[in-house]
Amino acid sequence: MDFDNSKPIYLQIVDFFYENILSKQWQEGSRIPSVREVAMMVEVNPNTAIRAFNHLQDLEVIYNKRGIGYFVSNNGYTTVLDIKRKEFLEQNLPNLFKQMSLLDIGIEELNNAYNQHKNEEE
Amino acid sequence: MLTTNKLYFNYPTSPSVLKSINLELKPGNIYGLFGKNGEGKSTLIKIMSGLLFPKSGNCTFNGRSIQQREPETLQDIFLIPEEFELPSISIKAFEHINSVFYPNFSKEQFYNLLEEFHLKPQQIISNLSFGQKKKVLIAFGIAVNTQLLLMDEPTNGLDIPSKSQFRKVMAASVDSGKCIVISTHQVRDLHSLINHVIILDNAQLIFDESLDQVTKMLWFGRASSTEQTGLIYSEGAFGGRSVHARMDKEETEVDLELLFNGVLNEPARINQIMQNNDHGTRV
Repeated sequence: MDFDNSKPIYLQIVDFFYENILSKQWQEGSRIPSVREVAMMVEVNPNTAIRAFNHLQDLEVIYNKRGIGYFVSNNGYTTVLDIKRKEFLEQNLPNLFKQMSLLDIGIEELNNAYNQHKNEEE
Repeated sequence: MLTTNKLYFNYPTSPSVLKSINLELKPGNIYGLFGKNGEGKSTLIKIMSGLLFPKSGNCTFNGRSIQQREPETLQDIFLIPEEFELPSISIKAFEHINSVFYPNFSKEQFYNLLEEFHLKPQQIISNLSFGQKKKVLIAFGIAVNTQLLLMDEPTNGLDIPSKSQFRKVMAASVDSGKCIVISTHQVRDLHSLINHVIILDNAQLIFDESLDQVTKMLWFGRASSTEQTGLIYSEGAFGGRSVHARMDKEETEVDLELLFNGVLNEPARINQIMQNNDHGTRV
């Protein structure tokens, strides 16, 4: 994993979990890799990985079955969806708006670009 | 686990390379030991492993003086030096001869690590390249499972894929009972592994903090030119990265290189901020 050097690594690990959950690679209720496995996968100190696990547990995205391991919560997918939607609306969008006004791009232009993108996808 | 108390050291007819070093290393951590060339990093590591004796002060491991070189102490300390000579025997013979000194040695772990590093037990060590020899030593150093593992520039001589392998192997081998000290200039190779920073300069210990504490107190990034509050140190005039007192800003990842340069340039200010806020959070 390549790290963005401004965001805390534990939060980047959290994002990696979110991606796996949103893409359904990790299904609700299914077991996820252990702290040690994640630390190895992303080449970090296990303490950093533990911090990511604790953070996700606090948000009830994952839960711990003592002695067995960590699992995606039963409503883990919707929880992550809510978190990421909120993040998009509160952080990504204001940034986009700021860029738009700096570059003098109006909402019309954005709309056209969006429609074009949709057409190309189809 | 390892304590140094008012440690002084100098080589014959040279000024002190270590002055009044007080350290307390605890299990469960990976310590990064930093300092410019010739600032005493390797000397300190040699004292910690009993290869050199302090001129005054002491260095103890679980309460026992390391310079006594008692078997009970040395069987729980392993040093991977920066430069080393290995005998011209097979890796397997090397393991056979040396593993007996370490009661927690795991044969299985050693051969798994060799495989991971693409080495074969029958290979003769003297025929290997420097990087491969280093890998033999790293694999052995991890497999002996000593409480204290000292590594002097472990990634020197490793190729790019091996550095990544090294980080994976290290991430997997830390546990709450082990204490690892890595001395290095290759900050980028290891920054994701280290969780405590020790900096030596002018023969003195000028910084000794956990990264948790550092992230709590300091902020790393590119601040806009208008935002100069709490600026401690910055690099480059235009859009350079800088260290600030964090205050109520969002948490950022520690930039070790920047922290190192910041500490060398503004040791008093950085340490003051680390301490000041300590009181602040306690209230």
